[in-house]
Amino acid sequence: MSSASPVKTEGFVRDFARRSVQRPWRLAAEASALLIAAVVAFPLYWMVLSAFKPAGEIESTEPRPWTLDPTVDSFRRVFGQQEFGRYFLNSLIVAVTVVAVSALIAFLAATAVTRFRFRFRTTLLIMFLIAQMVPVEALTIPLFFQMRDLGQLNTLGALILPHIAFSLPFAIWMLRGFVKAVPEALEEAAYIDGASRTRFLWQILFPLVFPGLVATSVFSFISAWNDFLFAKSFIISDTSQSTLPMALLVFYKPDDPDWGGVMAASTVMTIPVLIFFVLVQRRLVSGLGGAVKD
Amino acid sequence: MTNRPLPGAAPPPGPSAQPASREGGPDGAQPGVAAPPAPRQGGSGPAKGASPAPVRTAARPGRRGGGGRKSPLARGGWTPWLYLAPALVVIGGLLVYPVYQLGLISFLEYTQAQVSGGEPATFQGFGNYATLFGDPQFWQVLLATVLFAGACVVSTLAVGCALAVLLTRVRAVPRLALMMAALGAWATPAVTGSTVWLLLFDPDFGPVNRILGLGDHSWTYGRYSAFALVLLEVVWCSFPFVMVTVYAGIRAVPAEVLEAASLDGASQWRIWRSVLAPMLRPILVVVTIQSVIWDFKVFTQIYVMTGGGGIAGQNLVLNVYAYQKAFASSQYSLGSAIGVVMLLILLAVTLVYLRLIRRQGEEL
Repeated sequence: MSSASPVKTEGFVRDFARRSVQRPWRLAAEASALLIAAVVAFPLYWMVLSAFKPAGEIESTEPRPWTLDPTVDSFRRVFGQQEFGRYFLNSLIVAVTVVAVSALIAFLAATAVTRFRFRFRTTLLIMFLIAQMVPVEALTIPLFFQMRDLGQLNTLGALILPHIAFSLPFAIWMLRGFVKAVPEALEEAAYIDGASRTRFLWQILFPLVFPGLVATSVFSFISAWNDFLFAKSFIISDTSQSTLPMALLVFYKPDDPDWGGVMAASTVMTIPVLIFFVLVQRRLVSGLGGAVKD
Repeated sequence: MTNRPLPGAAPPPGPSAQPASREGGPDGAQPGVAAPPAPRQGGSGPAKGASPAPVRTAARPGRRGGGGRKSPLARGGWTPWLYLAPALVVIGGLLVYPVYQLGLISFLEYTQAQVSGGEPATFQGFGNYATLFGDPQFWQVLLATVLFAGACVVSTLAVGCALAVLLTRVRAVPRLALMMAALGAWATPAVTGSTVWLLLFDPDFGPVNRILGLGDHSWTYGRYSAFALVLLEVVWCSFPFVMVTVYAGIRAVPAEVLEAASLDGASQWRIWRSVLAPMLRPILVVVTIQSVIWDFKVFTQIYVMTGGGGIAGQNLVLNVYAYQKAFASSQYSLGSAIGVVMLLILLAVTLVYLRLIRRQGEEL
């Protein structure tokens, strides 16, 4: 999805900014933008910094915004903790499964609601919208019993299944824009060339919508990766099925937190999401514009 | 520009404007078959969708729903339902059914005894709700939730919109810096964000108290300062969504409009208030509602930062309250009743949202 249309507009906006804002004002604006960026990034900086600080420096009453002798002690402690790698893997399994499955299902559903007109279509869309608002957390109780009855308690399935369901409505809603954007002329051309509907779906539509799928996936990825409540409620006794958020809290004991460990674990946990975000950043921005707009 | 302010905000070439391509004549009349797929599948009725997958009673000519309207969309008979099936099954089984269960449990007596199967669950009618509504703590928590969520929404929107406008006023480097920082905050998992902010504001080892010269003032001790701390974290991790979305919206506003306004001598504030804000209304509605929904449901931050609801539950919000009732004190039915209350409140918000969308004449 090359950014064709906004280029011009963007140029205009920049033009507008250049012309209407006088120089000193723009410099002030830029200075404050940089300052705000620094403030916003500061917690992340502090997290990484603390992860590398030696224990003595973290627990010092004179915190310094730098460290002269960085160490990986905290990381060693984190990975030395029983099965941290395993938790990481568990989190990854949950997030990747949720992303893949929900992306596929959402793609099909979004195609149905944008490319076809059928009875109850609008009703369905409204239902999806309402479903999106359901507070996941409120459903922890019934889901707990449901997972118990399905024999999924203490397994990763108990985390995967609900997250797929909860990420679907938003994914469908957001994907609509991307599916709609594929010109219908293309569909016609495909049929004229003798492509079947399935073929069109998977070999033409799917690749074209894929960037949108990736952008949408960020949301399901985050919700699955960050999940704390389900992990806490459904993985009760079998810690080998635990995920990262729970592992992190092993280091965080309210009275005497091991800050180095917490920050190192936090860093490890944040990095995959950051990478994902940076990768899809551009599509995300345009995708949001699209999803919101139509 | 028409009253649809934001065509083409996204690279996808303006989907909203797009259906035109297929407008008009014959399609509508052609039974069942999508528009021009005619050549291949046209003739034989049932063969139409056959090649793909299973049996499909393809394209019932008479099916309604295609409507005579200017709809450019195909009527696919059963095909759309086939595509929708997985989604409907999953959502039905893991979202709709639990909602039903939630309602059911809230009317039952459901405690540890029933969970372990020792005693049958008995019907309580509105008993649980009566207990809940008779508990002053519930009202206190409800009030705290509403105020806290409201404060979060207002601050998030204010910060997000202000920074979105700022983004349009600066050149590439500062813009990229701010964008990246915001994405970083956005990407940070709630658990890690919470712990990091706790460290920043730690009375002994945190830099913030040093900078502000607050000594060993504990932020999590007092009720309001604890809420304020959580609020800061929530705003930090949720303003990026608002900023990015509104920024994408502003970029899509035709420059002539802004130029005209500034030529007419409108101030920046005036431009925002009288030109941008009305044009961005659809986007603002979405981000507002989204924020309301997210902030009303804050769980992790409160749970982690205030240690499960603060000293003597002073920082409880509905979500955490329900969790504590259900899983800490095994009063599952009370927890469910709280869940139902939350659900109803959010449902009301959703309905308002739907009305707003409808009034804007958006087509779903």
